[in-house]
Amino acid sequence: MTTQEVRLGGFGGQGVILAGMILGRAKSIFEDKFATLTQDFGPEARGGAASCAVILSDDPILYPNVFTPDVLLAMSQGAFDKYIGGLKKGGILVIEEDLVNVKEVDPSITIFKCPATRFAEEIGRKIVLNIVMYGFLVAVTGLLSEETARKGVEASIPKGTEKLNFAAFEKGYQYGIEQKAKTG
Amino acid sequence: MKADPKRVLTGNHFINGNHSATEGAIAAGCTFAAGYPITPSTEIVERIAARFPRVGGVFIQMEDEIASSICLQGGAWAGHKSMTVTSGPGFSLMMEHIGLAAITELPCVFINVQRTGPSTGLPTKVGQADMMQARWGSHGDYEVIALAPSSPQDCFDFTIDCFNLAEEYRTPVFLMSDEMVGHMTEKVVIPEADQIDLLERKFYTGPKPYLPYKPEANGIPLMSKAGMGHHYHITGLTHDDRGYPVLTKEVQETMMERLMGKINDNREKLMRVEEYMMEDADIVLVSYGISFRMAYKAMEMAREKGMKVGLLRMITCWPFPESKIREIAQKVNSMIMVELNYGQMYIEMDRFANAYCKTGLVGSPCGEVHEPEEIFAGIQEIAK
Repeated sequence: MTTQEVRLGGFGGQGVILAGMILGRAKSIFEDKFATLTQDFGPEARGGAASCAVILSDDPILYPNVFTPDVLLAMSQGAFDKYIGGLKKGGILVIEEDLVNVKEVDPSITIFKCPATRFAEEIGRKIVLNIVMYGFLVAVTGLLSEETARKGVEASIPKGTEKLNFAAFEKGYQYGIEQKAKTG
Repeated sequence: MKADPKRVLTGNHFINGNHSATEGAIAAGCTFAAGYPITPSTEIVERIAARFPRVGGVFIQMEDEIASSICLQGGAWAGHKSMTVTSGPGFSLMMEHIGLAAITELPCVFINVQRTGPSTGLPTKVGQADMMQARWGSHGDYEVIALAPSSPQDCFDFTIDCFNLAEEYRTPVFLMSDEMVGHMTEKVVIPEADQIDLLERKFYTGPKPYLPYKPEANGIPLMSKAGMGHHYHITGLTHDDRGYPVLTKEVQETMMERLMGKINDNREKLMRVEEYMMEDADIVLVSYGISFRMAYKAMEMAREKGMKVGLLRMITCWPFPESKIREIAQKVNSMIMVELNYGQMYIEMDRFANAYCKTGLVGSPCGEVHEPEEIFAGIQEIAK
């Protein structure tokens, strides 16, 4: 991997931006590579929708904007509808399967579905759905090693919530490995 | 002197430029800030408000930017390293007090996270169109120092530099950031406190009477602060060594020669530039701040096409690196300024380069950063 661009989108409150922050933090700090995160900022980004883009690279990153990501993580129908057009041919689409109805997409795109909200509720707190989704994303895309991905979580969560968040990460990560094996 | 370990968040962080600038200010020893939150600089005052009480600093949210830009000067006269933070219309409101800081020779830092103007413009979008305002915005002649960061790491490093320069030259210093750099999140390495060199304010400790504007050998007077026992007078009027108004041409001349000279005589020392692929370049891009990154990308595109393109990055924008521009202009066919405005630093570059080479501008109405392809098209146009 030299450079990978990831777009993450969902509802405000789902923790989409935090998931992007963990991804960038893990890559730049724990893999000692480069990451640049930008977020939609402005009146349109307040309230309903939340989105960010992360560029992960082995080399220093110059141009910070992302229009045609390699990976799209959609945690809401709105995010899917808004960003699916930009996803690169041959790219990876990762969705929260209970919240996103995938309409027709380019056949070159590989789709991975995860019921992250349900998993989070089973773990005990719906609030960790972003960590489930992050674990799943990392597993199906290979953007990070499992070890650095977990370190990213550890460095980004409040003290005392480790057990819950690691459980969420494990659930998402393991499910991702299973789904990836099925896809071949 | 080294930074105080209690004020330095040593470690590797993944934070945005605005938060990084705040950490730079804290590491630099800033203990007083006044501000009025305004997009896209708000994250700085938010973090100041959260962090200052824990490190022995005071932040006051003022009623507006006019009040903020005078409040910080009170803090500086009380002996604090002081700053304010703003964007867009807030910067316009501060102009009168920038002149006051210049004539009273007050060390202080202004951070401007530039957005798109004029007026309220595009509050949440990037711009670089306050560059001339930073230089000329207050009435009368004066010199300033301004640095332009291109990344969150620069925001940390350059904010410390701004405070050091303010103390060294007793002058307002500007960090000319922008919305993209401010809101972009990247790795920021904060070193150990003993790796951070700080310039502390030099206070007058000699016999009374204290003459607040009697220059030392380097042309810069020593300061006092409230509580040191000195009686002195500070004014925005033309003043003599005692600080009292003397409204004559002679005193004005003496004062201005020193005010202008302390920066102008140190232009070479203040100049900070970076040069990329200049050895064989016949076209040179010149850029700063966020635009430097796009210009670099465009240079790479041009090199791939076999064009001999180099890049000069200005870290210090004011004083303008005129000797470097002149030196390059004599060796190349053309120089192109890349910036997010209709040509501000371009005017300066053209002034020093046009006697020797072609000059061009890849400007912008602002709102978004340049696409590298746009800059590449600009290179092809001027190379015709």
